[in-house]
Parts: sequence; C-alpha cells; structure tokens
Amino acid sequence: MAGVGILPFLLLALSWGFLSWGMAARPAAAEPLTADVSSHLIAITTGFTGSDVVLFGATDGPGDVVVLVRGPEGQATVRRKGRVAGFWMNVQSVRFDRVPAYFAVATTRDLNAFTSPAVRQREQFGTQFLRFDARREPSQETADRFREALIRSKTDEGLYADEVGQVRFLGDRLFRANIRFPANVPTGTYTVDVFLVREGEVVAAQATPLVVSKIGVGADMADIAHRYSAVYGIIAVLVAGMAGWLAGIIFRRN
Amino acid sequence: MTVYLPIAEMSVSIFLLIGLGAGVGFLGGVFGVGGGFLMTPFLIFIGVPPAVAVASTANQVIAGGVTSAYAHWRRRTIDMRMAWVVVAGGFVGSVVGVLLFGLLRRFGQIDLFISLSYVILLGTVGTLMAIEATRTLLRRRHSTAGRRRLHEHYWMHGLPFKVRFPRSRLYISVLMPLTLSFAIGVLSGVMGVGGGFIMVPAMIYLLGMPTQVVPGTAQVQIVFVASSATLLQAVQHQTVDALLAFILLIGGVVGSHFGSIMSQRLRGEQLRGLLALLLLCVAGKLLVDLTLTPGDMFTVVTQRR
Repeated sequence: MAGVGILPFLLLALSWGFLSWGMAARPAAAEPLTADVSSHLIAITTGFTGSDVVLFGATDGPGDVVVLVRGPEGQATVRRKGRVAGFWMNVQSVRFDRVPAYFAVATTRDLNAFTSPAVRQREQFGTQFLRFDARREPSQETADRFREALIRSKTDEGLYADEVGQVRFLGDRLFRANIRFPANVPTGTYTVDVFLVREGEVVAAQATPLVVSKIGVGADMADIAHRYSAVYGIIAVLVAGMAGWLAGIIFRRN
Repeated sequence: MTVYLPIAEMSVSIFLLIGLGAGVGFLGGVFGVGGGFLMTPFLIFIGVPPAVAVASTANQVIAGGVTSAYAHWRRRTIDMRMAWVVVAGGFVGSVVGVLLFGLLRRFGQIDLFISLSYVILLGTVGTLMAIEATRTLLRRRHSTAGRRRLHEHYWMHGLPFKVRFPRSRLYISVLMPLTLSFAIGVLSGVMGVGGGFIMVPAMIYLLGMPTQVVPGTAQVQIVFVASSATLLQAVQHQTVDALLAFILLIGGVVGSHFGSIMSQRLRGEQLRGLLALLLLCVAGKLLVDLTLTPGDMFTVVTQRR
C-alpha cells in the first residue's frame, strides 16, 4: 500500500515544483496549507489485515503540522464492575454520545514542544482532550473517571492512538505522513483534519473525507444480515444443516 | 492467513478457527455431545464479542447435530414421538431464551448471566456425572453389588397428561419432557449451546429412557432448537456470523468424526468420568474468573448509529 501512495505524492511534488517555478516572480501562493490522502477509500476485504494511507501536502512556509483522523461518531456505554456477594458484576454505567469510533494523531514533533495546553484542549490535539457528551452523569468526577476508562479501552483495542505516525517535512514546504489503520478499524466515514501551527497558534486547517467500507462477500453478508435478517437467518441455518448432512454422507462411505 | 469476519468485525487466523472447530468437534465426538458449551467460552476468549459468539455457536451446532441425527436415523435409534415433544418444548424455550438474552444485554448483565449459567450447569452436571462414574467403576470392582431396579416410581409419575412412548417403552406425563426441553431451549437461546450435555443425562436419569435411543433423540432436538435459536438471534440482534460458523463447522465435522472413532475404544464409565472432569474444569475456570479481581474494572460497549 505504501508503494502505491508514493506516486501521487511525487506527482504533487512535481506539480508543486513546476508551479513555484512558473510563479517565481509572484509572491508566495495564497493557500497556506494544501493536503490530500493517497486513497479516499479503505476497502475491507475478506483477507483484510489493516491498511496504510499516505497523507501528503504542502505549506507556504515553515511550521508544524498536526493530523487528526476521526472515525464516525456513535454512542458508548461504559460499565464499572463492583463486588456483589463475592462475584464481580456490572454495577454502574455511564453513556456517552459523540464518541468517535477511531481517533489518531500524527505530528511533526512532540505536541508539548509547539502547542500550549489551552490550544491542545481547544483543538482536541490528543486522546485525552476528546470531548464526549455524557448522558445523565451522576457527577463531574464520575463522568471523568468513566471517560478515562473509555479512552483507555479504545487505546488498548488500537482504535485510539496519540502517535499513529510521524509527519515528515521534505524541505520546508512539502510534508508527508504514513497513517496506519489496524485490522479492526470500524467502517464509516472518516475525516482527516490537517492543521498548520505557527508560533503556538493554528494558522490554517483543512479537512479531507475518507471512507472505510467493507467490500465483497463480507460486505454483502453484513448488509444482508442487517437488511434481510430473516432471509439471512434461514440461509445460515440451511447452509449449516446441508454441511452437516453432506458430512454424514461422506463419513458413511468411509 | 487471516479472514475478516463480517459480523464479528474482526480479522482472525483461519487456521486458528479450523483448529478450534476440530478440537472442540473431537471432544464432542468422543463424548457424544455437540461441544457448544466449550465453543462459546473459547470464542469469547479469542476476542469475539460474547453476543456474536453465542449466536454463531448456535449456528455451528446445527451441522454436527444433523450429521449425527442422520446417522441415528439410519440406525433407527430415534424415538420420533419423544423427539417431537422435546422439539416443541425446546422451540418455545429458545424463543424465551433469545428474548431474555436481549433483556439482559440491555441491562448490561449478559456476560455475568452467561458465566454464572455455565458455572451452575457445568458444575452440577459434572458433579453428578463424576459421582455416577465413580460408583459404576467401584461397582464393577465389587461385582457383589445389587442389580439396579428396572423402573423406579417417584413424584413425577403422578403428573397428569400421560402419554405412551412405545419406542422408549415409557408411559409418562408429557409435562416432564416438555418442561425439561423448555429449560434446555432457554439455555440454548441465552448460552448458544445445543444442550446435549444436559439433555443426554436428563433423558437417561430423569425420564428413564433406554440408553440406545437417547443420543439420537437428543440430536433431533438439538438440531431444531439450535436452528430456531440461530434464526431468532439473526432476526432480533443480527449477531449470527455465518462465515465464522461455517469455518468452525468445517473443522468440527472432521474433528467429531475422529472423536467418535476414538470413543469406541473407551469404556462408557471412563468416557463419562472424563467428560465430568472436563465440565468441572470449564466451570472452575469460569468461577475463578468471576471471583478474581478483574484487571480492568471498566468495560465498554459501543453502539453505531
């Protein structure tokens, strides 16, 4: 996948080179930040083991680049276990809205080196700054503990990452980053937000959509399972039954 | 080589799944049970969401059930009248089981319920079988022990709606097999098991059926109950991963074939003793997991819109 990603990057580099050469007499380009990804579709096929997407772009001068990849938002229920009569069971739960299914950050260097905590908080640079809406939270302290647990759980699953890849500058205007998507990446519409940071402040931002979708037999199966669930159930029963019957015939001959 | 499971939404090694199917199928073949009660915990262990593990195991259990029901049907070792009664009870039970499953899932107690059910069931059945197998082994050594009575009468024989089961040479209340199969149907809805490991001893010890018609009759019930559980899970919760079930059953049919060959080399009470040991091990493991302090106090369930 990485090999495929280099070609558009080279093309962009070339065109950028031509562009700057052609407009050498003029002042610097009006766009402070341009970026795109090598592929806008991540196809989950039956043999899917994860995927790399190359992000490439250009700035109008030196600065730091922050890339945020956000998955589709949904609800999450976080439950806490407690001891009841010697057994551990779920005793408390908090439900969060607007929880991204996937969240990853890539930067040129350590975020602490070029941004203030206030900026990181405002722009949600980093998993600990993610804002979820808690429903009927018992108290702020409880909600915070459950929020931390949610982020920890997603990080353990490989779905939230603070350092998914490094943004590298080639010269002082062109940059590229490899973004790794794990095998368990959820499906849906993603946004890739690219920020240009200068002197601790965001001076430009750009958003690019990215779709993660199941393709082929697996996609059709999941689709039928949800849309025609009765038909799916009947087929599942029949296939298993026929397989068992076939096995019975084969082993009878032996 | 990995395969992406479309409903479980995860990539797993295909060889791991086939190996799991073959291993569980082998044990199932040795002991004459479906092996669903081993499959569900193993699937949960490798990271399949519990709801998907339960529903897909029910789907996979159908295949093995059909294979052995077909073999028993050819050997005429099925009590068809009894089979229809237990199918009816099992069907109603599985509907209740799947509804109960949904309710418990909403309240966040499904994992606890599944684990506790396993502990209680496997523990009870395992203990009973261990006692019985030890007694038989002891009796064999001291062959002076008295012969078992042919037919015992207790309170269950006083129940109304008596029906004749000629094939099993029984005249008992239809309520007994109905209640029994209803309870096992509920289990198969909630736990994704065929229920063979409870049905077989229950038919022998509670109903008093002749041993030779028990496995075949139980298998007919397993096929129907597992089918209705699969269908209901598919419609109600969309948690049946047919691809997962299919890969598992490929390994399962081969494993169970060699398992049943193996079982012919072992004596009945040895088999029951080993099965009892296996049940007690699984129950013990689950019980320890329930009482040990968990590494992470929090669990997360995400819903998509």
